[in-house]
Amino acid sequence: MTLPLIAEHPLRLLLYLITTWLALGLAGLPTPRGGRLVARVLFPLGAMICLAVATIAAIFLLTGHAPQTAILPFGLPDLPFHIRLDALSAFFLLILGLAGAGISIFSAGYFRAGEGTAPGLMGLQYHVFLASMALVLLADDAYLFMVAWETMALSSYFLVTSQHRIPEIRRAGFLYLLMAHVGAICILLSFGVLQGGSWQFTFDAMRHATSTLTPFLATTAFLLALLGFGMKAGLVPLHVWLPEAHPAAPSPVSAMMSGIMLKTAVYGFLRISFDLLHVRFWQWGVLVLAVGLFSAIYGAIFAAVQSDMKRLLAYSSIENIGIIFTGIGLAILFETSNLHLYAALALCAALVHALNHSLFKSLLFLTTGSVLHATGHRNLGKLGGLIRRMPWVATIALVGTLAIAGLPPLNGFVSEWLLLQSFLFTPQIPHAFVNMFVPLGAAVLALTAALAAYVMVKFYGVVFLGQPREASLSEARDPSWLERIGLLWLAIGCIAIGIVPQLAMRPAAGVTGMLLGQTVATSSLWWIAPIAPQQASYSGVILLAGILGTIGITFLLVRLLAHGRLRRVPAWDCGYPHQTARMQDTAEGFGQPIRHMFGAFFRIERDLPTPDDIAPRYRMRLEDRIWRTLYLPIARATQKIADMVSILQSGSLSIYLLCSFLTLIVLLVFVL
Amino acid sequence: MKSITVFRQFGEMLVAIAIAPLFAGWIAQCRAWMQNRSAPPLIQPYRMLRKLFDKDVALAETASPLFRITPYILFGTMVLAAAIIPSLATDLPFARAADAIALIGLFATARVFLSLAAMDIGTAFGTMGARREMMIGFLAEPALLMILFNAFLLFGSTALPSLVDGYRAHPSLMDPSIIFAAVAFVMVLLAENARLPIDNPTTHLELTMIHEAMLLEYSARHLALVEWASNLKLFNYACIGFALFIPWGIATHSADGVVAMLISDAALAIKLIVAGAALALIESLSAKVRIFRAPEYLAMSFLLAVLGLLVHLLLGAKQA
Repeated sequence: MTLPLIAEHPLRLLLYLITTWLALGLAGLPTPRGGRLVARVLFPLGAMICLAVATIAAIFLLTGHAPQTAILPFGLPDLPFHIRLDALSAFFLLILGLAGAGISIFSAGYFRAGEGTAPGLMGLQYHVFLASMALVLLADDAYLFMVAWETMALSSYFLVTSQHRIPEIRRAGFLYLLMAHVGAICILLSFGVLQGGSWQFTFDAMRHATSTLTPFLATTAFLLALLGFGMKAGLVPLHVWLPEAHPAAPSPVSAMMSGIMLKTAVYGFLRISFDLLHVRFWQWGVLVLAVGLFSAIYGAIFAAVQSDMKRLLAYSSIENIGIIFTGIGLAILFETSNLHLYAALALCAALVHALNHSLFKSLLFLTTGSVLHATGHRNLGKLGGLIRRMPWVATIALVGTLAIAGLPPLNGFVSEWLLLQSFLFTPQIPHAFVNMFVPLGAAVLALTAALAAYVMVKFYGVVFLGQPREASLSEARDPSWLERIGLLWLAIGCIAIGIVPQLAMRPAAGVTGMLLGQTVATSSLWWIAPIAPQQASYSGVILLAGILGTIGITFLLVRLLAHGRLRRVPAWDCGYPHQTARMQDTAEGFGQPIRHMFGAFFRIERDLPTPDDIAPRYRMRLEDRIWRTLYLPIARATQKIADMVSILQSGSLSIYLLCSFLTLIVLLVFVL
Repeated sequence: MKSITVFRQFGEMLVAIAIAPLFAGWIAQCRAWMQNRSAPPLIQPYRMLRKLFDKDVALAETASPLFRITPYILFGTMVLAAAIIPSLATDLPFARAADAIALIGLFATARVFLSLAAMDIGTAFGTMGARREMMIGFLAEPALLMILFNAFLLFGSTALPSLVDGYRAHPSLMDPSIIFAAVAFVMVLLAENARLPIDNPTTHLELTMIHEAMLLEYSARHLALVEWASNLKLFNYACIGFALFIPWGIATHSADGVVAMLISDAALAIKLIVAGAALALIESLSAKVRIFRAPEYLAMSFLLAVLGLLVHLLLGAKQA
């Protein structure tokens, strides 16, 4: 009964659900400080709605439904909102629903009064954020898209600056808002080019108008979209807001931004480049591929030297976004070379990685939230040994760690494997030199994946393993059951997609079918063999069963055949008995080989003590070179121009009126 | 699925488990001969394992369950890898579970678990070993991938059984790119298995240790499993090398009959003996490099693999 209903009116149901989100947000307002209603009722209900959204999106994708459109009588007169549900938006709604469900149920236990914004208000901002992201995905005209995009930026800004009394957080929030708006302007301009003189701003009109665009205009629109969405997604060198905003925001908000909001940028980029512009030139693909690979390696290198767990994860998000854009670039390159099947493979890899990243990155950000609440520390140098105090969080974080490190049989490996597989076909690209250099991208990708493993060993090892570096850590406790459910949900998602990759590849096939007219084979339930079985195949199920089977048999045999004697002894102290927990290797120490090898990427300031210093202090600051070489000059130039213009700001009304009058005259002359 | 293939599959796993220590013992023996030392007997590794299984475990007070389960995970993943790699026959049931890229991933899983276990106790050497091991790992992976890229360009596959079959279809094929790839592979093999010139498996000097530093806290049966897993890893790497570069003798159909089985067993034995002696020779001739020279060493390996790739593409372009 309900299934046909969902299959028939998915769009209408989605609109109801989005409205319910807004209603839930408003319902918490009358009692902003009364945390119980918000925590026990509103957030869990929000999570249910996320699940419903994911279900509808999944059914829509799996039944291969035709796109649905509707016109809403809102907005300016004569400019109603157009909305549309197709495979591309449904796939990203699936991401939103799956990750959002886990984050919402976690938030139910996480937000409490006395930490920044009151829970009731937080609930409103949170649900507006969710609803606006869903509307971004459903928008079918540039107006609604921009309205939803801006709502998304503003609501997330308020969420980031929840603890606005701290100056650094205000600063981080401002940087985020600034970058978000510069990006929005680029997107707006891109839409302006895309309408191609028709002055129709529905996506449907653009789809037809873009075929008459000159190559120059098409490329301009493409570059503006790359710039605008790249700013939101955090592509290098547009990434600077990410490592500032994530540590500032409360952990569930970081999870939402990194897990879901960055994906809306990926969605927007796919919408414009594939759906509206019908990818026309292979050079676009090379550009996106290069930017993606650079972001991936850059993010991984910087993640390896961070000492703040949330900054580390923020840089890791840059790396993963880089991997996603690498897949997109490869897809563009293949598609414009008429290798449609390989394009579908690369795009499928990018989409599956987007879904995977939304699961494991949200999971890890949420675990940092649990650690932060339990210990009060965000700095890796003050943590350690939490696996004994917080076994629940540690176990689930281990799943996230292995998944994000791209290790089989978890989900991160699947998408990286698919992407590497599609790289193998790059020598077939019919452009000389391109087909020789692009294969090296596979090596960069392998380096990134292996560096990610390094980063995650550092993250997990320093936070959860070893001995507690502070005495206060012995009071750390596992979080409440609501938070555990949220973590568990995301961990199950990571494992499920890892062992049955078809769960993610089938929905992604709907998108590649819509954008490229090709899908990769996902017929067998046991293994995936995207191009041909004798070429390459992978089976998460067999791998997991094999590992568990061999471990089990080994364990039993050792138990049966060997004695089980065991005694507890102190760890070997290397002959030096006065060791303390502070003498363990630090996060900085773990990053040292990376600093040594990739020194060119960093700006390092060191304060070294002199040998006869009585209280020696060693201090090191590590900076992003891009900040100094790109952003500070821009900021200084802006300041200079503002200073020059400020001559006009004399304070006397007559001069202002004169200026307005002159402007009017000039404009009139210009028009007439 | 025929029962004979399942039988062969388990046979292959058992062979790997049984002779991996022997292979390590053979290398140690060759090394001793080449260095004019009196050699330990071939079965020394087995005696070592037996001794370790007999001892009581001395477990550090600060060890978590992760530390105790890791030896089993290491051993399990290595046995599984041995089942997937076509060392004796190509059409075994597990072979489809992972291609060569997924095998690298499987080895990476084992490496990450060992590194995490090393960090679990919280001693300085363990963590230091963990970070060095992970560093060698991320430097070796791009080179390994480029080597597989070479093989893929020749035979259009990353699945090891298909590569073996591809070779057998063109037995006269000796592409120059494959020679570059083979040299690069040997370099990666040495680095990944903690052997000279990157790491010295017989060292007692903690400051220079990589692999051994991670095992400092392991004892008795745990240590036995970890050591056995390391032997298996070396054996697995050797078998990947055989499948990639000298696949002759591997049975294409596991149901081929007794003769094919015997041939494949004999071929594996000969290859292992020769490869072991060659590895011992390389190790005897090289000195351990400083840890920060390791990037140069692995970059060299990467470069060779890339050269192989470019040679193939340029030759291909010339022919076309």
